[in-house]
Amino acid sequence: MGAQLRVYRRRIKSVQSTKKITKAMELIASSRFVKAQQRVEASLPYTQELLRAISAAASHGNSKGAFVSEVENRKRAAVILITSDRGLAGAYSSAIIKEGEGLNALLKEEGVTPEHYLVGRKSVGYYKFRERKIANSWTGFTDQPTYEDAKRIATAVIEAFNTPTAEGGVDEIHLVYTHFVNMAVQEVRVRRILPVEILEVSKAEASEKLDTKVFPLYDFEPSPEAVLEALIPRYVENMIYTALLLAAASEHAARRRAMKSASDNAEELIRTLARQANQARQAEITQEISEIVGGADALASA
Amino acid sequence: MSELNVSVVAVDRSVWVGPAKSIVAKTPEGEIGILPGHEPVLSLLVNGVVRIEPTEGAKVAIAVHGGFVAMDSDNVRILAETAELSSDIDVDRAQKALEKARAAGEDSPEALAAVHRAETRLKAAATATAAGMHS
Repeated sequence: MGAQLRVYRRRIKSVQSTKKITKAMELIASSRFVKAQQRVEASLPYTQELLRAISAAASHGNSKGAFVSEVENRKRAAVILITSDRGLAGAYSSAIIKEGEGLNALLKEEGVTPEHYLVGRKSVGYYKFRERKIANSWTGFTDQPTYEDAKRIATAVIEAFNTPTAEGGVDEIHLVYTHFVNMAVQEVRVRRILPVEILEVSKAEASEKLDTKVFPLYDFEPSPEAVLEALIPRYVENMIYTALLLAAASEHAARRRAMKSASDNAEELIRTLARQANQARQAEITQEISEIVGGADALASA
Repeated sequence: MSELNVSVVAVDRSVWVGPAKSIVAKTPEGEIGILPGHEPVLSLLVNGVVRIEPTEGAKVAIAVHGGFVAMDSDNVRILAETAELSSDIDVDRAQKALEKARAAGEDSPEALAAVHRAETRLKAAATATAAGMHS
């Protein structure tokens, strides 16, 4: 067997084994994606009811607590980036990091120092490599986040929020995550968690949006303010939890897509290589025949 | 007779949904009993046991942590960080979890929360057995 042919065969074999791996990862990502999506759906009823209760308490209470009112002189803002722990998911993590950089630049322009709260090994690696100060980071759960994970993150940022600015606290909390729209579309979103954005909407619009009429006159126990005060941390936890779940679904979708195109490319490569190998083999055969014929010719004429 | 439409929802799933005759839950101000026709109420719940008397079938006890209850026009929604049906609670495991939590000490708030959680779970299971809800 000719040297060239051997090289081709070896390359085909190596591409084939790579394809096996990417194909397996694609299948794993698909099945995890289905689970992640189910978890997103399972968390919806709680989110809806929580938002309803908060709206009711907020529209009832007169005093606007620290969680709602905006600070005049903003000094620092917490920026939470939700990226993945593992790579091989296309541009999933880099898109978040890029959006985070945009937000950081915007905050700096406004004279606000961003404090980095990172979720997922990818963003931690990126910030560590550039030797930036990380306020806090969490890793190891991005493909299957639990409520406890969300709670840990929420507790840390709420504590920073409750610390006075002079002592190193933050005035705002921003969240950058990948929103899952559908299998083909996932988009990076930036949301401000705290202070809570109060939307001024007309009653008709509100009832259309929240699917509620005017709130009944609730009897709040212990008081509307206390209820709101207790619900806001839940709201933050829930928001982070939802973002983690959506990000996990997006991560699996992104990985599935990346692995699918990798498998497709491997297949294409195998086809091209097989063709080249066939050509090399044929060339070898042709050469051998012409050598034999040439040899016989030389003998006959001698 | 009118009845209550009850849904008990935890962060990651719906725990119990159905019609009921009455509900007893524990708020920071004391126990609250809810019957059909109760005025709208939105209240925080302390960690404890919520008892539901369904229209049909045996009573239900649910261990609830970090929750609140919202009630209007006979729709009752109980939301909680975690909620467990007493029938889903494994008494032996809960007992072990309690011992483990106690052994870990009660100095940090997290450890204390773990102890409370385990205690509430056991209480819910005990409530259920006392009422003979299930064998």
